Amino acid sequence: MNNSVRNTARLLGAGLRALLVLTLVTGVLYPLVVTGIAQGLFLGKANGSEVEAGGRVVGSSLIGQQGYSLDYFQPRPADGLGENSLNTQYKLILSGATNLSADNEKLVRSVRAAKAEVVKENSTAGHRVNPADVPADAVTSSGSGLDPDISPRYADLQVHRVAERNHLPVAQVRRLVDRHTESRTLGFLGEPRVNVLELNIALKGLVAER
Amino acid sequence: MGPVLAGVLQLLALVAALALAYVPAGSYMARVYTSKRHLRVEKWIYRGIGADPDAEMTWTAYLRGLLAFSVAGVLFLYLLMRLQGVLPGSLGFASVDPAQAFNTAVSFVTNTDWQSYYGEQTMGHVVQTAGLAVQNFLSAAVGMAVAVALMRGFALSHSRPRSSGGTPMRVGDLGNFWTDLVRGTVRILVPAAAVAAVVLAACGVIQNFSGIHEVGQFMGGSQQWNGGAVASQEAIKELGTNGGGYFNANSAHPFENPTPFTNLFEIFLILIVPFALTRTFGLMVGSVRQGYAILATMVTIWLGFVVLMMWTEFAHHGPALHAAGGAMEGKEVRFGIGSSSIFAVSTTLTSTGAVDSFHSSFTGLGGGLTMLAMMLGEIAPGGTGSGLYGMLILAVIAVFVSGLMVGRTPEYLGKKIGAREMKLAACYILITPALVLVLTAVSLALPTPAHSMLNPGAHGFSEILYAFTSAANNNGSAFAGLNANTDWFNTMTGLAMLLGRFLPMIFVLALAGSLAGQRPVQVTAGTLRTDKPLFTGLLVGAVLIITGLTYFPALALGPLAEGLAS
Repeated sequence: MNNSVRNTARLLGAGLRALLVLTLVTGVLYPLVVTGIAQGLFLGKANGSEVEAGGRVVGSSLIGQQGYSLDYFQPRPADGLGENSLNTQYKLILSGATNLSADNEKLVRSVRAAKAEVVKENSTAGHRVNPADVPADAVTSSGSGLDPDISPRYADLQVHRVAERNHLPVAQVRRLVDRHTESRTLGFLGEPRVNVLELNIALKGLVAER
Repeated sequence: MGPVLAGVLQLLALVAALALAYVPAGSYMARVYTSKRHLRVEKWIYRGIGADPDAEMTWTAYLRGLLAFSVAGVLFLYLLMRLQGVLPGSLGFASVDPAQAFNTAVSFVTNTDWQSYYGEQTMGHVVQTAGLAVQNFLSAAVGMAVAVALMRGFALSHSRPRSSGGTPMRVGDLGNFWTDLVRGTVRILVPAAAVAAVVLAACGVIQNFSGIHEVGQFMGGSQQWNGGAVASQEAIKELGTNGGGYFNANSAHPFENPTPFTNLFEIFLILIVPFALTRTFGLMVGSVRQGYAILATMVTIWLGFVVLMMWTEFAHHGPALHAAGGAMEGKEVRFGIGSSSIFAVSTTLTSTGAVDSFHSSFTGLGGGLTMLAMMLGEIAPGGTGSGLYGMLILAVIAVFVSGLMVGRTPEYLGKKIGAREMKLAACYILITPALVLVLTAVSLALPTPAHSMLNPGAHGFSEILYAFTSAANNNGSAFAGLNANTDWFNTMTGLAMLLGRFLPMIFVLALAGSLAGQRPVQVTAGTLRTDKPLFTGLLVGAVLIITGLTYFPALALGPLAEGLAS
C-alpha cells in the first residue's frame, strides 16, 4: 500500500516536472520567439492592422464596424455581437454569431425585416431596388459579427443612395466601389469582397475634395 | 467564375497541397519516433523530468505515465485559471469560476477545446499563452504517442526476455511515453507551429502582448480590443487538431483568420498531421501500402462529406436561408460558402472543432453532417494520433467481420485478432456512443438542462445532442446557441470529455500491449489482404454501418427532422 502510494506520488511528480519543462518550451519560449519575429517583420499586422484617416486611427481594416450613417456604405448586420458581462471594468466587444437555426421563425423575421429595410433605404427617387437583387450577405449576420467586408453586389446596390446623399455622380461612386472590390485571391480563393471601412474612408476623401 | 466552381478549385488546391506534403511529413514523423538519438535540448528535458528516455515500457507503464502527465495537466491548468485574479499579465481579469475552470482544464487537456466561456472577456495572456496554448501542444503530442505505441504493437515481432527473471514477457514493450511525448512536441509540433504562426502573422493574425487598448472608430468614439499572442496559438490550435479559439468567434474572427488564404492554410494545418500519420504507420509496420489503404479510407469519407456539405449549403434549404437567398447566416463574406463547407467538414471529421462559420445556422442537413462526422469517431482523418488509432480499431473490426464471413481466424498485419483483441476493440467503439446517447437522454429527461436551448423544436434537441457528441468525441465545436455555462453542462460535458478521451486510450494501449506480445503469423494465400482496395471498401462500410447506424435514431429526431422538413 505504502509502496503504491509512493509510486503514484513519484509518477505524479514526474508528470508535473514534464509539464513545467514543456510549458517553458511551448508556453514561454515559443510564443516569445514568434512574437519577436512578428513584431520585427510585420509590425502593423501583428498589432491589429490599424487604419489611419485624417490623422487619427479610425479602426482596423480587418474588423468590421457598426453605426455608419446612411451617407456611408453599410456593413452586414451583426446580431450576434455582444458586450462583455465579465470583467466589466472594460467595454469589450464579444465576437459571435446569432446561432439561430435555418428554421427559426425569429431568424426568418429578421431576414425579412432586414431585406425590407435594405430595399427601402437604397431606393432613391430615380432608382427602385428590386428585392430579388438584395444579396444574402446584406440580410444575414456573419460568424464573427465583425465581418469587415460586404459582397460587391451589396456595395453596388448602395451606390445610388450613397451618390444621392453625398451629391456625387452615380458613375463616380460606382468607380469608387469598383476600385475597392477585391477579387478572389489568385482567382479562386474565397469570394470577391469590398472592405467597408476602406471604402468609406475613400468616399469621405472624395466628398471632401468636391 | 461561380462560387461552386471556386469552391471545387479550393478543394483541389487543398488536396494537392496535402498530397505534396504527405510523403515528407509522414516519413519525417516515422524517423522521429524510431530514431535512436536524442537531441541536446531533449536530453535537458529528460533530465528535468527525471526520466530515462531509453527505458522500454509495457503498456501499463506507458499508460501510467500518460495518466500522470494528464492529471498534472488538468490540475495545473485548473489552478492557473482559479488564480488568474492574482496573476500578473492577466489584463486584470478575474479568476474563473470552479465549474467553468474544471470544464476548461479538462477540455484542453483532452484535446477537445470545448469552450463554455468567451475568450476575449475571460482569459488573460498568461492563461491563454502559458496554459491553454501549452495544452494545445501537449494533448496533441499525447494523442500521437498513443498512436505510435499502437503502431509498435503491430510492428514488434518478438516477445522479449525479461532482464531479471529470464521468463519471456507475454505482453511486449511499447517504447517510452516520455520520449514519444517530448519528441512529438520538440521535433514535430513546435517547429511546424512556429513556421505556421509566422505565415499567419504575415497575413494579419495579431501577435502581441499589449493590454486592452482603445481604438478609434470611423464615425467617432472608440472600441476596446484585446491584444494577444494569437498567431502562435492559432497555429498549434489547428496543427494539433485542438480548436479552442482565442476569441469567441474562433476562426471566424478576422484576427484569427483574416483572409481566404489563411482559411485554406488553416484547413491544411488541421489535416496534415492526421493524414500523414498513415504513412508513418505504413513505414513503422513495414509496408507503406498498408498505410495507403487506411489513407484511402479516410480520403473517401472526407471527400464524400465535403461534396455533400457543399451540395446542401449551396442549395440553402430552410425558411430563413431561403428568404435570405443564400446560406450566409453565420458565414463570413471573405470565405463564402464553398470554403466554409470544407472547413466545417474538416474540423468535425478531425477532433479540431475550430469553426470559421457557425454550424448552428447551417442548413438542417449541413448541421447534421457536422454531427455525423463527429459520430463516426473522428477518424477520417481524425485528430492528431487519435484519428489513426480510432481508424485502426475499426480496421481490426473490419478484419474480424470479414474473417467471420469466410470462417477463418482473423488477422491484421500478421497479428491474430482473438477474443481479447476483439473485446478491447468492442469496448473502444461502444464507449463514445454510450456517453453521447445516455447523457443526451438524461439532459432531456431532467427539467432544467433544456432551459439552455436557444432554438425551438428539433434544432433545440440538436443543440444538446451536438454538445455531448462534441464533448465525448473530443471535438469542441458546438451548436453554440446552447448556454453551456451552467453547472450541469460544465460538469457533464467535462465528464464526457474525460471518459471519452482516456477510456478509449486505455483500450488502445491494452490492445497494443496484447499485440506486441504476439508472435506474427505467416501470411498465406487465405490471408485477407489489407493493403488492397477491397479492404478499403470493407473499412468504409464498417465505419458507416457500425458507428453511423448507432446514432441514426438520434439523428432522425434532430437534424434529419429539421432538414427534411425544409
